[in-house]
Amino acid sequence: MSKDQTLDDNRRQLLIATSVVGGAGVVAAAAPFVASLTPSDRARAAGAPAEADVSKLAPGEMMTVEWRGQPVWILRRNEAMLATLEEVEPLLADPNSEKSIQPPYAKNRHRSIKPEYLVVVGICTHLGCSPTPKFAKGEASGISKDWLGGYLCPCHGSHFDLAARVFKSQPAPTNLTVPPHQYLTDTKILIGEDKA
Amino acid sequence: MTAKKGLLHWIDERFPLTSTIREHLTEYYAPKNFNFWYYFGSLALLVLVIQIVTGIFLVMHYKPDASLNASGIPVAFASVEYIMREVPGGWFIRYMHSTGASAFFIVVYLHMFRGLLYGSYRKPRELVWIFGVLIFLALMAEAFMGYLLPWGQMSYWGAQVIINLFSAIPVIGPDLSTVIRGDFVVSDATLNRFFSLHVIAVPLVLLLLVAAHIIALHEVGSNNPDGIEIKKKKDANGRPLDGIPFHPYYTVKDIVGVAGFLIVFFAVLFFMPEGGGYFLEYNNFIPADPMVTPPHIAPVWYFTPFYSILRAVTYPLFGIDAKFWGVVAMGAAVIIIAFLPWLDRSPVKSIRYKGPIYKTALTIFVISFFILGYLGVLPPTPGRTLVSQICSVLYFAFFLLMPWYSKIDPCKPEPERVTWK
Repeated sequence: MSKDQTLDDNRRQLLIATSVVGGAGVVAAAAPFVASLTPSDRARAAGAPAEADVSKLAPGEMMTVEWRGQPVWILRRNEAMLATLEEVEPLLADPNSEKSIQPPYAKNRHRSIKPEYLVVVGICTHLGCSPTPKFAKGEASGISKDWLGGYLCPCHGSHFDLAARVFKSQPAPTNLTVPPHQYLTDTKILIGEDKA
Repeated sequence: MTAKKGLLHWIDERFPLTSTIREHLTEYYAPKNFNFWYYFGSLALLVLVIQIVTGIFLVMHYKPDASLNASGIPVAFASVEYIMREVPGGWFIRYMHSTGASAFFIVVYLHMFRGLLYGSYRKPRELVWIFGVLIFLALMAEAFMGYLLPWGQMSYWGAQVIINLFSAIPVIGPDLSTVIRGDFVVSDATLNRFFSLHVIAVPLVLLLLVAAHIIALHEVGSNNPDGIEIKKKKDANGRPLDGIPFHPYYTVKDIVGVAGFLIVFFAVLFFMPEGGGYFLEYNNFIPADPMVTPPHIAPVWYFTPFYSILRAVTYPLFGIDAKFWGVVAMGAAVIIIAFLPWLDRSPVKSIRYKGPIYKTALTIFVISFFILGYLGVLPPTPGRTLVSQICSVLYFAFFLLMPWYSKIDPCKPEPERVTWK
C-alpha cells in the first residue's frame, strides 16, 4: 500500500505540473479576449481636437460642440452673468476648483481663459447625464426665488453655477470638467489641445 | 410489437427518453393542492420561449450599428423602425418581444412572491431558490442590455447612467466602466457588445440556470400552499398520498393558466403595446443623441424599486462617495434575497400557519417595494428621497430582522396532510 502511495505521488506531481502548464495556457489564451474588451485603436485615436467658431455667439448664449463623442459647451457670459460668480461662492462645494478637473489656466473664478467664454464638458460628474441650461434668474427658472442662473442636471438634480461649479450637498462630487483648449484667433477655439 | 413501440424501444436503448418523461412528467408527483399562485412558474417558461422565438426573428432584421444613415438617423434606431413599419408582421414580433420583457418581470415577481408566501425557499429547496435568484439576476442583465439596442434616447442615457455607476467603485471603477463600454463614451462598441451579450451569452446562461432550477426542483419535489412535505406520507407503492402526476393533471391546469395569460398579454400587445409609457418609454422613440439628455430619465418599471434604493443612499461613508454605496445597496437588495433560506427561522413554512408578525412584516415589505417602484419613475425631490430612504430601510429590515421575528412569531400547528382551501 505504501509503495502504491509513492507511485501515486510521482504521478500526482506530473498531474500537478500538467495542470499548471495547462492553466497557464488558459490564462494566456484569455488575454486577447480580455484585451478585445478595451477600447480599440480607432476609439483611442478618435480624440481629435474640435474647432469652434464663436463669432456668431451673442452675449448670454451657449453653443454645443461635439468632442470625443461628448458635448462641449461654449457659453458667452454677459456682464450680469459674470457678476453672479462671486455672489454665489458661499453656496458652492468647490468654489476654487481644488478637487475638480481643469487645465491650470482655467483654475480661477470664471474657470476659463477669457472671463467672457466658458468652455466646459457638458457631462455631469455624478453619473454622466448632460445638464440643462437654466440661465433665467429667480422664479422664471423654475428652481427657486434666489436662483442666479446656471445648470440643472435632469437625472439626479445636481445644480451648477454659470462657471459650471457645483453647489453644496448635490449628488455630483465635483465641478464640470474644463477640457484643454486654446484660442486660434479671437473667435476660433480649438478644443482638445492647448499650447502646453 | 408494433413499429411505434419498436422505435421507442430502439431509442430507449440509446437515450433515456421514456425514463426522462416518466421522471419529469408522468411520474413526477406534485402536491394535489396547488392554487392560483402556482401558474407563474410554467408561465415564466412560456415567456422565456416567447422571448427566444421573437428574438430570433428580430435579429434577422435588426442592425446593431450606431453610425448615422443617409438621413442622419442611427442605423440601429432606423432598423427598429424598419421592423415596425416595413417588415411584414414585424410590428407584431417586436411588440411581442417588448411586451414580453415586461410580462417576464410581472410573472417572475409573482413567482418569487409565491415563494415568500409559502416558504418555498426553505430546506430542502435552498438550491432551487438560489438558482432562481441567479435567474433573476441574469434576467435583469438581459433586460438592461436589450434596452440599449433600439438606440433611443432612453436606451442611450439609461446605459450611460448605469455604466457610470461602476465608475464609483474605488481604484478599478473608471477602468472597469471603460471596459464595459469598450470606449470612453457609450458608443457603437457598447451597442455591439450589448447585442452580442443580449443575443448569445446571457440567454445561454439563462437556459442553463432554468434547467438547473427545474432539475433541482424535481430532485426535492414541489412545495405547496400548506408548506408540508408530501413525501412524508406515501402509499404501498411509494407514491406520495397527496401527490398527483404532473402530466396530465398539471399540464392541463397550466394550459388554463396559459390561456388566461395570453388573453391579457395580447390585449396589451394589441391595445396598449407601449404599456402607457411604462413598457416602452416615450423618450425612446427619439434617436439617441449624445449631446442632449432628455429632461426626465427613468429606468423601465421593473428596475425602479432597485433604482430607488440606489438613489436613496445620499451620504458618503468611510471617505467613499455616496454613489458607490448606492451601487452597493442596490446590489445587496438583490443578493440578500438568496439568503432567505437561512434567515427564516420559523417552525412552519407556509403563511397559512405563520403568525401575525410575519404577515405584518410581509405586508410592510410589499408596500415598501411598491412605493420604491413608484418613486423610481419620478424625478427626485427632498421629500421623495426621504420616503425612499424609509422604504429602503424597511426593505432590508424584512430580511435582516427575520431571524428574530420569525422565531418569536406565534405560529399555528401544521396539518398532517395537505388541505383544500
